[in-house]
Amino acid sequence: MTLLRNQEGPYFGDFGGRYVPESLIAALDELSAAYHLAQQDSSFRAELAHLHATYTGRPSIITEVPRFAAHASGARIILKREDLNHTGSHKINNVLGQALLARRIGKTRLIAETGAGQHGVATATAAALFGMECVVYMGEVDTQRQSLNVARMRLLGAEVIPVTTGSRTLKDAINEALRDWVANVDNTHYLLGTVAGPHPFPQMVRDFHKIIGEEAREQVLALTGALPDAVIACVGGGSNAIGIFHAFLDDPGVDLIGCEAAGRGIDTAEHAATLTMGRPGVLHGARSYMLQDEDGQTMESHSISAGLDYPGVGPEHSWLKELGRATYRPVTDDAAMHALRLLSQTEGIIPAIETAHALAGALDIGRERGPDSTLLLNLSGRGDKDMQTAGEYFGLLGNSS
Amino acid sequence: MTSLVNAAFDERRKNGLLVGYLPLGFPTVSESVEAAVALVENGVDVLEMGLPYSDPVMDGLVIQRATNTALTNGFRLSQTFDAVAAIRSRVDAPVLVMTYFNPVLQYGVEEFAKNLAQAGGAGLITPDLIPDEATEWLAAAEKYDLDRVFLAAPSSSDTRLDASVTNSRGFVYAVSTMGITGARSDVDGAARVLVERLRSAGSTNIGVGLGISTTDQVREVLDYADAAIVGSALVSALAEGGSQAVGELAAHLAAGKR
Repeated sequence: MTLLRNQEGPYFGDFGGRYVPESLIAALDELSAAYHLAQQDSSFRAELAHLHATYTGRPSIITEVPRFAAHASGARIILKREDLNHTGSHKINNVLGQALLARRIGKTRLIAETGAGQHGVATATAAALFGMECVVYMGEVDTQRQSLNVARMRLLGAEVIPVTTGSRTLKDAINEALRDWVANVDNTHYLLGTVAGPHPFPQMVRDFHKIIGEEAREQVLALTGALPDAVIACVGGGSNAIGIFHAFLDDPGVDLIGCEAAGRGIDTAEHAATLTMGRPGVLHGARSYMLQDEDGQTMESHSISAGLDYPGVGPEHSWLKELGRATYRPVTDDAAMHALRLLSQTEGIIPAIETAHALAGALDIGRERGPDSTLLLNLSGRGDKDMQTAGEYFGLLGNSS
Repeated sequence: MTSLVNAAFDERRKNGLLVGYLPLGFPTVSESVEAAVALVENGVDVLEMGLPYSDPVMDGLVIQRATNTALTNGFRLSQTFDAVAAIRSRVDAPVLVMTYFNPVLQYGVEEFAKNLAQAGGAGLITPDLIPDEATEWLAAAEKYDLDRVFLAAPSSSDTRLDASVTNSRGFVYAVSTMGITGARSDVDGAARVLVERLRSAGSTNIGVGLGISTTDQVREVLDYADAAIVGSALVSALAEGGSQAVGELAAHLAAGKR
């Protein structure tokens, strides 16, 4: 029997592929070949493992959160603490892997898109570490709501280019990064930050993140003596979710649940619930679920969280949805913000707003499954970057009491 | 098997061809039809009508702005076929539709091909669809006898150039430079090498595009290629001076033919 976790690109069922201009194919072929060689090369794996041990801070710990879980009917909730990684989120796992690969194939310049800024910060960090030039494309709207991360990227030596075309968010930042890459592919690696895009990105980014689930599976087994009943993660493009799901794909007793951004509600036009409300199409180089109108024009998404504000999703998630191996549920802005405050006040852990969508999902799932269930949740990022948004949302700023 | 574009190349190869790009629906559908007619009346041999799309990754700012305006002004995919038919009823030049793939996929690839053929369209230029992913489109193009123009890039391997040549019908779109659409002061020397490689791969109909905006550049490209493709410069002229200006620019550019 083929294992789901051995699935390789370019296709995941009907999804994936390489829907990009011919100009980029040579670079994608080069990257695929280099990645294939690196996978077989123990020195590459050792170098990445050494960086994770001495720089990222891996393995990341797990934390059980009973005071938070009391609000979820007392289900056991265990957090995989990717927020404790260097740079504050899971994004560094993929960034270090791709930056090492880029260096191997002689690229001296890294470009990246970023929504919340976490991937941009991680890329700027790797560029600083490896002495590479770095340009980060970020929607103008996102540069405003994540200004702290803009400052972090610039302090790290990256150039941040606000994107003023289209909806001025993550999707347009990806378009600009692709345009840059087409023009500068000789010396430039496009360090794509999620499991979307053309092959080999969905597979390669997944492989760099699957360490999350591999560690967590062992850690939960050691703690509880059993596999969890469900694994929960937020889904924008889907990198942290695939990272924690992957090790459990062939454990049929473990439910995999992705939490998408429902924004102001899936009954409104303002959401980013791609797998719940979208349909298959081609966006940013791959065939996958996406939010689009009747004519195939990409629709603008909405989420209070910049990192989930994306009208597409990685092709492997579309495949897992169609197989029924993973399920995806929408979580509103309000539910996510409530969960963010709840985790902060019950456990002293301030999560990223993206991650808070998974926490809100866990509250519901715990109530559905009761106190005997064990839920593993990917705490994908920390909330420092979100203090402006949270401060405004809860009225915590200024001198008012 | 009658390729409208092959026929145009066979008939006009001696002088070299000028291919002109404009987006459908910019600034409105009727004005884009008028502008397309003006191109042909002023020496454009083959029309490339672009479908406005929300995420045009191969396009520079000039075309992004124009197609965005077309969408804002309410362009709908279903208007494509009447617009193509309207152009064809007034001028004889073949009309290729340049489109990113998702709109065609959502319309239904076969349905799109059928309607385009009925409207008198010649075929499709597909900037984000490589032959490897084009099985469905190639079958529909075969069924409805449509041309399919794939891109070839300076970075393409010989194997990939072979695939572009083998799967294209009408012409092969040789991307002059590694980049996106938009006027450039120098058309890359890489274009000449690419055209030679495409000739070795057996192509008889080669158009060079990206960055071409002047009569001299048209002349230079037609020194080694069969067709010169101009887009952004025409779109700028249309944006600034309407059909008359775009016609005048086309006449200037056509002076670069052999």
